[in-house]
Amino acid sequence: MRHYEVNFIVDPVLSGDEVKATAETIQKEIKGAGGSIVHVDEMGLRQLAYAINKRSTGIYYCIEFACESSEWLVKFELNMKRNENLLRFLTVKLDKYGVKYNDDKRNGRIGSRSKKKEAPVAAAPSADADIDTVSAPEVVDLDA
Amino acid sequence: MAASREDVKFLSNPKLGLRGKKYCRFRKFGIKYIDYKDADFLLQFINEQGKLLPRRITGNSLKYQRRVATAVKRARHLAILPFVADLMK
Repeated sequence: MRHYEVNFIVDPVLSGDEVKATAETIQKEIKGAGGSIVHVDEMGLRQLAYAINKRSTGIYYCIEFACESSEWLVKFELNMKRNENLLRFLTVKLDKYGVKYNDDKRNGRIGSRSKKKEAPVAAAPSADADIDTVSAPEVVDLDA
Repeated sequence: MAASREDVKFLSNPKLGLRGKKYCRFRKFGIKYIDYKDADFLLQFINEQGKLLPRRITGNSLKYQRRVATAVKRARHLAILPFVADLMK
């Protein structure tokens, strides 16, 4: 079994349902080709380091999967390229250390540095999603 | 009147200017995999303009310097790190 990891950035202009649908079609495609999904990591809305297609933010996804043959990956990547909902994608083959690292990270076995790392990531989307957060407290106040 | 060790005075701190030998942190701490999604970690290997630092400065072994380079390049592709920047740090 070979382990792969596919990262993609979904266009933030799409609605929440469309974003989820895009991610699900990709997962279905992996399953349809005989791959088994190990983990789906939704990293959420993040600031891009540089603008892609005039977008400054993007919704990051990372799917780790395992499969026997790799021939379908060419087709899979072509479909990703044609998918207009995606800003970027990257497929990476994981070596045994990469598989172990991802496993450890999921189980929280990677030390204090990963905790520090989560803090700025969690802070970044809240700054981007100002519109959502502004409307939310108002509703809470009315209920109280 | 033999002076003991503590009495010996130096004009300047003898430890001044002695820098510890550089080492490869991946070898030393047994890091086998470099995560290209971890921007904070990769930031240690690039300069203010977002360029990769040479081995001569980071002290990485050749094997891990190559892996750092691929990780940085992957991060750049995914817009986790910039290709070019001014005053990143």
